[in-house]
Amino acid sequence: MVEERFEFSAKAKKNVLILIGAGIVLSIIGIVLMNMGGGHGEASEGGGHGFHWYQRLYSNLWINNIFFTGIAVVGVLFFAIQYAAQAGWSAGLKRIPLAFGNWLPIAGLLMLVSFFAFGHDIFHWTHAELYEEGGDEIIQGKGGFFYWPLKSGTFPLFFLARMIIFFGVWYWLFAKLKSLAFNEDIEGGTDNWHQMRMYSAIFIVFFAVSSSIASWDWLMSIDTHWFSTMYGWYTFASWWVATLALTTLVVVLLKERGLLSVVNENHLHDLGKFVFAFSVFWAYIWFSQYLLIYYANIPEETIYFVERWSDKYAPVFFVNLILNFFFPFLLLMTRDSKRHMRFLKVITPVVILGHWLDFYQMVTPGVLKENGGFGLLEVGVLCIYTGAFLYVFLSSLAKAPLFARNHPMLEESLHHHI
Amino acid sequence: MAKGSDFLVGIYEDEDVLLEGIRNVREKGVKIHEVYSPFPVHGIEDALGYRRSRLSIAAFLFGLLGTSLALIMQVGMMGFDWPMIIGGKNFIAFPSFIPVTFEFTVLLASFGMVGTFFVISDLKPWGKPKLFDIRITDDKHVMAIDLSKNDIKEEEISKILKDNGASEVNKKNYDDL
Repeated sequence: MVEERFEFSAKAKKNVLILIGAGIVLSIIGIVLMNMGGGHGEASEGGGHGFHWYQRLYSNLWINNIFFTGIAVVGVLFFAIQYAAQAGWSAGLKRIPLAFGNWLPIAGLLMLVSFFAFGHDIFHWTHAELYEEGGDEIIQGKGGFFYWPLKSGTFPLFFLARMIIFFGVWYWLFAKLKSLAFNEDIEGGTDNWHQMRMYSAIFIVFFAVSSSIASWDWLMSIDTHWFSTMYGWYTFASWWVATLALTTLVVVLLKERGLLSVVNENHLHDLGKFVFAFSVFWAYIWFSQYLLIYYANIPEETIYFVERWSDKYAPVFFVNLILNFFFPFLLLMTRDSKRHMRFLKVITPVVILGHWLDFYQMVTPGVLKENGGFGLLEVGVLCIYTGAFLYVFLSSLAKAPLFARNHPMLEESLHHHI
Repeated sequence: MAKGSDFLVGIYEDEDVLLEGIRNVREKGVKIHEVYSPFPVHGIEDALGYRRSRLSIAAFLFGLLGTSLALIMQVGMMGFDWPMIIGGKNFIAFPSFIPVTFEFTVLLASFGMVGTFFVISDLKPWGKPKLFDIRITDDKHVMAIDLSKNDIKEEEISKILKDNGASEVNKKNYDDL
């Protein structure tokens, strides 16, 4: 098997940096436009809860923190599932989702810094006065989940410990899997494969619990009064589809550059089926959450959708459903669209953006209420994060061969036929 | 297929020999009526040059029918025929119709697909399946060649089959099956 390497050329690096630069420029223009046209700040200055432009910036930073953390950790999950299930078909393309994981340490750091820098603007439960006598009883009841073992309203030790443990274990298992995968290139044999299977199983079990709790911590606790038992699945579904779509897109783009000769249309077909099936899964979970709340019609639950049905967010609410369900469902239904790169190249970016929008509608209405919006700032911050993520991802992809030539199932993968 | 036409039936012992045989026989210009085997043989559709099955189109149409019927039924019943107030919702409470619609879509799509498959594979309950050789239900593969569809002489086809792995070649009339 001839070794193939992806080269992160100077031109590609320049393009990624231009993307980041454009993002910064767009963000600044967005902020300037907001301040010129708005004047929201002065209107409610006296109340002490006036809206400032930087709150919208914080909200955007948080959306992208979550979104790209998800892609990084679910990339590792995809890799781990292939090993735990002893899957053969994916042997040639597993390195791509694995390389997403390189974003994990940066994502963890960004998340932690973000929480200390502006967690107060994102999370209502960080306000100490809620826990005083005569404060908010509902939030007081939930205080232990954030502050244990310290007194509620002081320092959210339990919350931060979870964040650090999750990122720590995710990164540790990712690094372990990565070093074993590269070891295999040198040593051959099946020892590394067996070890990777074990670590993969550990990762999956840990991820099952941690991803769910992470979604309560980082997303659901924004709407502190509200809760949904579907939330962990819902967040996971969104992360998972976005990662599958990004993996497919990267495979298609690499193949267009004449790389990844071990991947053919049968593998693309499987990836397409993944995106198709889990878009339906996402819709199923979305609807399960919606229907329960709609049917029970309890005010403390319906408030979540009342906020998202306001004039400001209703378009986002419906566009979210169209991009993430109807669009991939109808377009990826036929066999041909899953097997041809020109279809996948159009569909997958839309699905990725759709799931970014899903996180936008999870975070923004809760953080900014009626002050939210969709403008150049949103696009700009997304560009900055995308550029940074791509830089980390592509430079780590270039460091190792594109596929594992000593993978025990590579031969099986080459004969994959559906 | 022509009723009452004569068939040459080649018996194959091994699926790899069969696959190779199919390719060679087709290369010699013999038109194969159908190949029967006791278990699925990977790649046999390509070897036989089959077009892709249109079964999925049938599944889609049955699914669409299921979606429409379920919605018509629920809107008709709950909205017009016997309106009831449930949980303070509208009579036509669209979100609460979705689970039934979803299930009915799946039901009709799968039943419709299975039914279509049975009909096109001659497995309808009122029909009598035609078996070219009883041993295809056990351990033998069978290649059936319709002599009325081939211009090549019977002896020559028989020789081609024998040369390409068939362990025996029998002549059978379709009506006698």
